[in-house]
Amino acid sequence: MKETLAHFKKLAMSVMVATTLALSTTAASAADRSLNVYNWSDYVDNDVLKEFTEKTGIKVNYDVFDTNELLETKLLAGASGYDLVVPSANFLGRQIEAGVFQKLDKSKIPNLSNSWDMINERIAAYDPGNEYSVNYLWGTIGIGYSEEKVKKLLPDAPVDSWDMVFKPEVASKLAECGIYVLDSPSEIIPPAMKYLGLEPKDLSADNLKKVEELLLKVRPYIKKFHSSEYITALANGDICVAIGYSGDIFQAESRAAEAKNGITVKYSVPKEGSLMWFDQMAIPKDAKNVAEAHEFINFLMEPKNMARISDAVSYANGNKASQEFIKKEITSNPAIYPTEDVLKNLFTMLPFDSKTQRLVNRTWTTVKSGQ
Amino acid sequence: MQRQFDWGRFLLIAIPFLWLLIFFLLPFAIVVKISLSDTANALPPYVPTLNLSEGWSGITSFISQLDLESFAWLLDDKIYFLSYLNSLKIAFISTLLTLLIGYPMAYGLAKAPQRWRTVLLMLVILPFWTSFLIRVYAWIGILKPEGLLNMGLMSLGLIDQPLAIINTPTAVYIGIVYSYLPFLVLPLYATLEKLDQTLIEAALDLGCSPIQAFWKVTFPLSLPGVVAGCFLVFIPAMGEFVIPDLLGGSDTIMIGKTLWSEFFGNRDWPVASAVAVVLLLSLVVPIVIFQRMQERQREAEA
Repeated sequence: MKETLAHFKKLAMSVMVATTLALSTTAASAADRSLNVYNWSDYVDNDVLKEFTEKTGIKVNYDVFDTNELLETKLLAGASGYDLVVPSANFLGRQIEAGVFQKLDKSKIPNLSNSWDMINERIAAYDPGNEYSVNYLWGTIGIGYSEEKVKKLLPDAPVDSWDMVFKPEVASKLAECGIYVLDSPSEIIPPAMKYLGLEPKDLSADNLKKVEELLLKVRPYIKKFHSSEYITALANGDICVAIGYSGDIFQAESRAAEAKNGITVKYSVPKEGSLMWFDQMAIPKDAKNVAEAHEFINFLMEPKNMARISDAVSYANGNKASQEFIKKEITSNPAIYPTEDVLKNLFTMLPFDSKTQRLVNRTWTTVKSGQ
Repeated sequence: MQRQFDWGRFLLIAIPFLWLLIFFLLPFAIVVKISLSDTANALPPYVPTLNLSEGWSGITSFISQLDLESFAWLLDDKIYFLSYLNSLKIAFISTLLTLLIGYPMAYGLAKAPQRWRTVLLMLVILPFWTSFLIRVYAWIGILKPEGLLNMGLMSLGLIDQPLAIINTPTAVYIGIVYSYLPFLVLPLYATLEKLDQTLIEAALDLGCSPIQAFWKVTFPLSLPGVVAGCFLVFIPAMGEFVIPDLLGGSDTIMIGKTLWSEFFGNRDWPVASAVAVVLLLSLVVPIVIFQRMQERQREAEA
């Protein structure tokens, strides 16, 4: 009996010691600064993140998503746990209205002076006065294609037109080597309307019906709707055509070039007109590490850092001062930095109201499932 | 003599009830509440119509304004009914397939020599040590056109064109059967293992062939295991989201995916919750009725 009692005492002691230890380590880790970032997949230069941690001692927990819808639902549910998120501007617009974000403390981001007025003016349509967000990267929606495969099937393929996917005669041929389409109604339906000669902002039920008819005709030729798989699929030749984000297609291009597998991926902004989008860095209202998030934005807004990200992911950024540090083949590529001519064909979308959103999504379900 | 209040008995019953209350009824009540709310561009994206802080007047105004709008919406659009039917079909067929594969497995396990059983059981459980998500992803690698299966069959000369399995309902069936097989095998094994061997010996002595003995004795006695196993496969398969999303094509509509698009795409939590409520009721009610019938039958037999 005595022995067990002694044993108990020993046990109690060790439990107490362990608890004190655990408490003291938590106290120490509270001093360790960290930052939870939620950004798009394939969208950063990891060395820049590493350097940020080395410089500031702030540990970056970096998670990725591949659709705005996923990010939005996490934000609207509240307590997402993220300190910095990167929604596209049209989604950001209504998230600001919903009260998701806090205003930026611009005094903590001196590098904002490097930002690009041309971009800020466009963003103001979604975020009046640029109070809640800073542009991360921007780009277009267009067609990525594997030059050799397309040429083999269709020597005079209309690579600079939405005909590639939206015209049944063309799509039926190219279906042989595979077509993927972004799984994003808000980014496919407006260009499809433009293709039909309709005003993309007029998302009435009638117009959506017309888009539905157009897309249903080519639906049998579309292999898959997905928002990130097309990078790999294009690069290793599983498919030959994808409607996707500009930079993603350039990443496919460089992956194919590295693999030396005889595939040349190209990108084009269709001449009928396409969407231009902006991805914005913003801080949720309930973020825990607000100071760290500001520090991070400021770090990224240093011209050289932002230039490295643009180099790595082939997207244009909203940092005017960084332009001179970006690789020439990127800044001189009209598909990344559109010339005046291309810019004329590009348009932007404002946030949808919930009724329109429902109509747009319902059209999309019909297109995808045939129901 | 007054009977003492039996605390032990009370606790024994109270604990599972409390469990159900906290982990089933309470979350369900929250879902029902959201399904009766209105959508809004807010944080969270709905406005509750029931305001308990206003006390009784809050409750009366809630009842007078109750419109079941979200539920009515489900009837408006055939997509909900279609995805429900399709889920029902996929869950039913995959349960049947799982049973066809799982029964011989469980039977073999129960009949295996004692020293082998632990090892064989381990083999059934072992896949659980890897994340479910990774195992489903692995099937993409196996089933895709240039995947293991097609490459294997082509190198054997059995086919010259890769089979289109990935992104079709077939892949969904494979995924569900594979993922839920242990849930059927384990309860079935437990039932078969406890089976009284003397009953079979008696049947054989009385002139049954082994096959007759199986159908007349073993199978009827294993029915509780079959039912339990089938429920464990059918119910999660019905609401399955990950498997159809990863392995199925864009045209494989299932209630889980429809729910997802309501929740994420449309930001319509009330309608999403209404789908969840209807799905739950449509599963729980028939199961409860079935259990009742079984009990009555057992009582009648006793």
